[in-house]
Amino acid sequence: MLVFILYLLVIGAGTGGELCVSRAMKSVGEVKDFSPVAVVAVIIRALRVPWMWVGLGLMGTAFFSLLAVLSRQNVSVVVPVTALSYGVGAVGGKFFLGEQVTPRRWAGVLLVCIGVAVVIIGRR
Amino acid sequence: MKSSAGLHFKTYLLIFLMVVFGPLGNVLLGKGMKRIGAVSIGTPTEAINVLSHVLRSGTIWLGIGSLIVFFVANMLVLSWADYSYVQPASSVAYAMSALLAHFLLREVVTPLRWMGVLLICLGVLVVGHTPPRTTEPG
Repeated sequence: MLVFILYLLVIGAGTGGELCVSRAMKSVGEVKDFSPVAVVAVIIRALRVPWMWVGLGLMGTAFFSLLAVLSRQNVSVVVPVTALSYGVGAVGGKFFLGEQVTPRRWAGVLLVCIGVAVVIIGRR
Repeated sequence: MKSSAGLHFKTYLLIFLMVVFGPLGNVLLGKGMKRIGAVSIGTPTEAINVLSHVLRSGTIWLGIGSLIVFFVANMLVLSWADYSYVQPASSVAYAMSALLAHFLLREVVTPLRWMGVLLICLGVLVVGHTPPRTTEPG
């Protein structure tokens, strides 16, 4: 049961965190100037968006949950499960960020999901 | 359309940076930490001792630097591109890790693993044929 909750945190909080960072960056607006000064200015502006902090907090939670899971289960089991993040990410992109996830994009996400799982199973 | 071509170019460029510096940072951190050895941080003195070792390792600083480049590139690309585009596209990092392991570290990459890499690349190719941005610029 604990392991299940930890997996939920690794996948849910990890992907949720990235979705929040994405939302924060969308509100900062498209970056067009890539000079170092401009990039630093963008980072400072992003840190003023509350979604950014929610995202960083969730990503931190996911990181420590991953460490906790890894102390209980083998890497070769843990990492294929985290491939589910790609499915969660596409769902989140559609409903939380309002992106158009077309059938073609779903097909690609599914291939990536299976591929990531196979890569990890094929590790020795 | 010129603006669309520009959007594709800078999206690919930043995802390329993510795919190179993400795995590189992880490998460098892994190498640096292995050199320090198994750590025990039971007492505050031990914790400070480990931290001072970590902070004096050039490899670990390079790893941290790489991961910062990765994260900033990730932030920047998400300022315009869909998350449901960037996330699968950046999974090319798994292929990069396998290539690094095979050519640089001379590790054995099993046929099954190469097959997974192939599937990921196919998936990324399919996602890459969708427009990077499907929402209105905010």
